[in-house]
Amino acid sequence: MLAVVVVFAIVLPFALNAAQLATATFVVIAAIGATGLNVVTGYAGQISLGHAAFLGVGAYTGAVLGADHGVTAFIWIPAAGVVAALLGAVVGPVALRLRGLYLAIVTLGLIFIAQHVFFNLDGLTGGPQGRAFPAVQLASFDFSPGQVLDLGGITIDSSGLYYFLGLILLAAATAFAWNLRRTRSGRAMVALREREAAAAVMGINVGRLKVTAFVVSSAMAGVSGALYGSYLSFAQPDQWSLLLSIQFIAAIIVGGLGTTAGPVLGCAVVFALPSLLKQLPFLPEEGSGGLSAGDLTSITYGLLIVAFLTLEPRGLVGIANRLRRTGNGSDVGSSVTPKLTVTTPEEAHP
Amino acid sequence: MTQFLQLLFQGVALGATYALIALGFVVVYRASGVINFAQGAMLLAGAYTISWLATDVGVPFLPAVLAAVALLALAGAGFQIAVLRRVSGEPTFVLVMITIGAGIAVTSLMEALFGTDPRLLGDPWGSTSFAVGDVTINWVKVWGIVVTCAALAAYFCFDRYTRWGLATQATAEDEEATLSLGVPVRRVHLITWAMAGALATLGGLFLAGFPASPQPSIGDAALRAFPAIVLGGLRSPTGAVVGGLVIGLTEVMTSGYAPSSLGDNFYAVAPYIAMILILLVRPYGLFGRAPAERL
Repeated sequence: MLAVVVVFAIVLPFALNAAQLATATFVVIAAIGATGLNVVTGYAGQISLGHAAFLGVGAYTGAVLGADHGVTAFIWIPAAGVVAALLGAVVGPVALRLRGLYLAIVTLGLIFIAQHVFFNLDGLTGGPQGRAFPAVQLASFDFSPGQVLDLGGITIDSSGLYYFLGLILLAAATAFAWNLRRTRSGRAMVALREREAAAAVMGINVGRLKVTAFVVSSAMAGVSGALYGSYLSFAQPDQWSLLLSIQFIAAIIVGGLGTTAGPVLGCAVVFALPSLLKQLPFLPEEGSGGLSAGDLTSITYGLLIVAFLTLEPRGLVGIANRLRRTGNGSDVGSSVTPKLTVTTPEEAHP
Repeated sequence: MTQFLQLLFQGVALGATYALIALGFVVVYRASGVINFAQGAMLLAGAYTISWLATDVGVPFLPAVLAAVALLALAGAGFQIAVLRRVSGEPTFVLVMITIGAGIAVTSLMEALFGTDPRLLGDPWGSTSFAVGDVTINWVKVWGIVVTCAALAAYFCFDRYTRWGLATQATAEDEEATLSLGVPVRRVHLITWAMAGALATLGGLFLAGFPASPQPSIGDAALRAFPAIVLGGLRSPTGAVVGGLVIGLTEVMTSGYAPSSLGDNFYAVAPYIAMILILLVRPYGLFGRAPAERL
């Protein structure tokens, strides 16, 4: 199964046209960040609306180091993760004091504060006009648009290079999250999600665990943001908005909260949506008023969140498992995806 | 001094509107433990509905407001029946996520329907004002304070003197025990969501009043009522009022006095910074208590 997925992911770019490849690249890059959000929200059950702020911090770290100081991408990509993680470690203790929903509100505040800072730190972020982001340069690999890598007859263009770099980092992030889930910390996070007080009584240091989850999540968001900015090559501060955070939330819910494959599947749906919806025939031309593709995509994100949570809280992974079970007649998928619920509706409302 | 008094009035007026919005959050939170992240979207929908009825359809202003309040109350109740009832018994996490999703969907739908340009509200007050000394008092702000006081008084009466108010308090205390006593808990939730819709419409009306106007950004302004409820503690209506006033004054005073070194539009983030500072000292808000936990 894993081998099939790996081969599919490697062969995929060669089967796509330029626009489709660009979408696939965004999906892969976003999936790194979604994997991070899945750790804090899916595993540890803490709602964070501040994910976009960490992506932004990662992106600007990459830009400042890579473009303004000429540091190599071998350093600025990891550094983006480290700086975002540090910010997570600073915000974490505030979150540590708060339970459940207060965290959602504090991270909502974080988004607006971060946007304010991004808009006003002209020297680093270019202010409201935005700034250019550096293309990745890894040793002899040049990721700038227009550059083509020739591997004995197989050519890979700039989008393809970003795709493969993103894929490698995504594989690393996914493997990390998958392993984390099985460690002591990972199981403690699930206990925290299911019942905070019970987890604390069992000897889990709830505060430290929340900060750990938050830091891991921020680090992945930072790396994702650095690549995202670099691939966009230009971004304004309002790129890192509440809407972006909600896209990530939609992605992990659609994919399946707390599952390993969920963030990737979810991103494939959520981050491919804008380009799919743009091709709908009934939409008016861009800028001519009426229903825009942007509005339609935001409406769809919102409805996807509502629909999946009410109809299939286990997401696409849950659907896949169910299909597999009915197909084989055996319970192969049961090792994955604990359901979120503690009480069933019948128990609560007899 | 004149500037201070002027800002003080504006701060109290804005604070009153925040208190109204905050009350909408508190009503839902008390009954179901859910923070309604769709409140900003409901508020936007309310303001646009008033604007649409009063300017495009040509309904006189007061009936337009009443109709919008009724429509949004119905919409809130409909959302509770169609969506939230299906997931009753799920952890609050799921319900909160659903309100986030519904909020973004409704906000974008409003942008798609009404565009992003500011619209006319159709209110009779406009920018009319009178002067007390050197302080300009806008009629729309006076009415905002009056309506907030009326709504708060009505809510206190509902809470204290009606059976449904008692049922809401009981539901907030322990849903299962209340259910076993024969209280129709589902209907309690229905009522609270209808009230949230109605309160959101009134909040939207005064957030969109002069000098603002119905436009997508007032949905963000509504999110600034979050600090108000957090300060007040999520369960306390009194806290909502105090929190609303604190946040309103913070915002207006920083817009008047904040040094430019803090950046443009610092007033918009000042409430959040105040909120985080207060939460560091009192994690459950100024009026909240640490809840007792049972395993």
